[in-house]
Amino acid sequence: MGASQTRTEKYQDLADKTGFSLEQIENLHKRFQRLSDNEETIRNQHPKEVGSCEEIGFEQFLMVMSHFRPPSLKTTEEEKEAMRKEKLRFLFNMHDTGNDGTITLVEYRKVVEELLSKSGDIEQETVKAMADAAMLEVASTNVPHMAPDEFYEGITFEHFEQILKGLEMETKMYIRFLDVETPTLSCGNSTS
Amino acid sequence: MAELRLARRSSSLPLTGLMGVVLLVFVFVASASRDVVSENNKTWRDPAGETRGDSHHQTNSTAHKKAFPVLSFNYEHVKKPFEISLWILLALLMKLGFHIIPGVQNIVPESCLLIGVGLLVGGIIKAIGGEAPVLDTKLFFLYLLPPIILDAGYFLPIRPFTENMGTILVFAVVGTLWNTFFIGGMIFAVCRLEGGQLAGVDPLSCLLFGTIVSAVDPVAVLAVFEEIHINELLHILVFGESLLNDAVTVVLYHLFEEFTHEGTVTVVDAVLGVVCFFVVSLGGILVGAIYGVLGAFTSRFTSHTRVIEPLFVFLYSYMAYLSAEVFHLSGIMSLIACGVVMRPYVEANVSHKSYTTIKYFLKMWSSVSETLIFIFLGVSTVAGPHAWNWTFVIVTVVLCLVSRVLGVIGLTYIINKFRIVKLTKKDQFIVAYGGLRGAIAFSLGFLLTNSKMKNMFLTAIITVIFFTVIVQGMTIRPLVELLAVKKKKESKRSINEEIHTQFLDHLLTGIEDICGHYGHHHWKDKLNRFNKAYVKKWLIAGERSTEPQLISFYNKMEMKQAMMLVESGSAAKLPTIVSSVSMQNIQPRGPARHRAIPSISKSREQEIRKILRANLQKTRQRLRSYSRHDLMIDPFEDNVSEVRFRRQRVEMERRMSHYLTVPANRQETPPVRKVCFESEHKVYTYDDSKSPLGRTAEPDPSPPDAVSLLNESSQRANQSSEHRAKRNDELRAKVPDEKEEQDQLKLSRCLSDPGPNKEEDLS
Repeated sequence: MGASQTRTEKYQDLADKTGFSLEQIENLHKRFQRLSDNEETIRNQHPKEVGSCEEIGFEQFLMVMSHFRPPSLKTTEEEKEAMRKEKLRFLFNMHDTGNDGTITLVEYRKVVEELLSKSGDIEQETVKAMADAAMLEVASTNVPHMAPDEFYEGITFEHFEQILKGLEMETKMYIRFLDVETPTLSCGNSTS
Repeated sequence: MAELRLARRSSSLPLTGLMGVVLLVFVFVASASRDVVSENNKTWRDPAGETRGDSHHQTNSTAHKKAFPVLSFNYEHVKKPFEISLWILLALLMKLGFHIIPGVQNIVPESCLLIGVGLLVGGIIKAIGGEAPVLDTKLFFLYLLPPIILDAGYFLPIRPFTENMGTILVFAVVGTLWNTFFIGGMIFAVCRLEGGQLAGVDPLSCLLFGTIVSAVDPVAVLAVFEEIHINELLHILVFGESLLNDAVTVVLYHLFEEFTHEGTVTVVDAVLGVVCFFVVSLGGILVGAIYGVLGAFTSRFTSHTRVIEPLFVFLYSYMAYLSAEVFHLSGIMSLIACGVVMRPYVEANVSHKSYTTIKYFLKMWSSVSETLIFIFLGVSTVAGPHAWNWTFVIVTVVLCLVSRVLGVIGLTYIINKFRIVKLTKKDQFIVAYGGLRGAIAFSLGFLLTNSKMKNMFLTAIITVIFFTVIVQGMTIRPLVELLAVKKKKESKRSINEEIHTQFLDHLLTGIEDICGHYGHHHWKDKLNRFNKAYVKKWLIAGERSTEPQLISFYNKMEMKQAMMLVESGSAAKLPTIVSSVSMQNIQPRGPARHRAIPSISKSREQEIRKILRANLQKTRQRLRSYSRHDLMIDPFEDNVSEVRFRRQRVEMERRMSHYLTVPANRQETPPVRKVCFESEHKVYTYDDSKSPLGRTAEPDPSPPDAVSLLNESSQRANQSSEHRAKRNDELRAKVPDEKEEQDQLKLSRCLSDPGPNKEEDLS
């Protein structure tokens, strides 16, 4: 009795923090158990990668997942704005592997490269050209008049927001979190 | 000045336009009534011909010898094509007129104006007493409707369509069913209550009537929504619904028509009806998909006969439509499926010109069809036999509105439970208000065989159509403004958005995998993989079959920009360059980067050293003769022209690289050249800390102090190699950017000018 009570309390706590409902948290917890082979944390398969950590616990798992919640009918305009900012922040941090607050050209190139990596042999030149074009676009939209000597350091978060304004992230970046448990994919700890 | 001229022109233009139109109308009407006249002509000419023939037979020289007709009149010969062309010409001139006359466009949608013109023409014809052409069902369904549907299907925005597929299907199927039964049932009740003329109406006829009048019409929706530029979601909801409800309409129509002949309905029939629905819709889609695949496959081999490529697209699609109609499947869905399946592969295969041709021909045909449909609608209204019954008509109109509103509200309530991005009240209102009826309803009504009720039904149908198109069509624009509904996003897709859309796709698929359920993205990903692995290989010619979508998007964008550059002429006339940011602003420059210098091969290093030495020694000799104080003056004067030339080139290349981001010339980094001296004694060391010679000089020297020195020294070194520099500049401008970025920049840092050309000489 005591154990389940603390668990519901814990879930309630998490629910307040992340905005999930209790059933959804329950569901995600089950999934987490499966992914982590019933341990407390999920271990990183590639621990040496830049910007990754060794292992994550359930709370961190939930925090990441909460970025993918959709807006509901009752979300007000300000809440939608805040949600959009939060999602864009998430994406920005994904790109900014150097953790310096800007996405440099090198980092952006890496993003494009990864995006095209599964499509067979892509020439390095094309990747570079595309990343350069994208960077150029960001620079010209945000800082229209730069003298030839100036150097555009990298995409800051404000510029990032500006350039992706049209996509309306809060309506695109979400997945459906289920309240009931469905037969799940048996991928477990498989690597891609 | 031009505006003034235009204003003057436009004021006199309506007048001339009007006169021209009236003239044309009379010519046309005269031709329509020529049926009567031509008959006389024929009978008249024949006896004359006979006598002529007789006289010839008799003798060579006859008493009454008829003169050889220099100019004769034979209208019968070309009557049909002539009239068709005249009709189409009239329709297009009307369309032209509406766009020239200022101000009309904003108040009245084009469809209303066209109906008005049709009424006018019909009235004139009737007044003269001629036979007005009616909107023949065969003409409508076989010739006028397909171009519009093909245009809609080929350019259907796939992403929003598939994302909202569930909602669209619910509206199309359940909504239409609801409308049909509600209207049919209520009409029947009203007829029973009313009695009198209406008493004879049986329930099945009412249901049939309900079917015809409840279907939202794609032509009308397109015509009206085109002009109000509403946001993508609402547009695709209403439009998608109007396309997909064709299956329901077809099934119900045939079902009820059969039943009216039979007289009785059994449960088996009802079940068969449901089965029929699935057969009709899925069969239609299958037929369309098959033809689509065939079309895509054919386009793979057309690289040598580019001229006929568009024809394949049109013909395969038309065949899909006709084949579906043969089996009484849904022709519209077949056409849509064909266009959707064919498009990505055809676009990858055909030439740019063919693509443009396809686009413009489709737009042209659909425009003409739409115009003709509305005009004919007006003409047929005047012509057709009418049986006006106040109660019936008014009740029909009211019921249509009420049932639409109720249906949308009820369905949205259910749908919102499943949708993530819910439909707000504003959205619901627009969806309900946008349910326009149009010519399909009219044609289906025309097909009715039960002549007793036919006229009454037709009148009611026409009234509903007029009401929705005119009243709702006219008021929807101010309502959209009033309710501040979101408009369509005007800006073009940027490459950043494209990158991130793709990125999101992958990201969300991954997250869905983590959460462990088969969601929307999972299936989309599977479909894409299947497409890439198998389908593309078969249907796309050559190398483009392996090109990922991002790259084709990028190439398309580059081509557009290049064409824009070419069209705008020389660099001097380039349109407002919004920003002066160019490649050099992004490319990180020397000091900002701390990159490891890769090793060059020994032999190369030797050669570089040799050249450097040769170059430097010359300059060193020169340099000795200068004193520090003279430095400032001479180099500038000597080099002014060169500097100017270089600056111009930088300007030009910056502009070009703004548009063509394929790195034109990475060389442009150094206006400040990183050539520096350590001391005069060290010959080789044109060094900063990053030279390939491996000798680190001062570690990151005090750059600010050294800058002026650097500038001067670069100018100095310029002198000697000035001659060479000019030649190399020209050469360099043509050098393609194949070398390693590192080498170039390094060398350009160390040698004032001759950058990669050194390597060219060496290699």
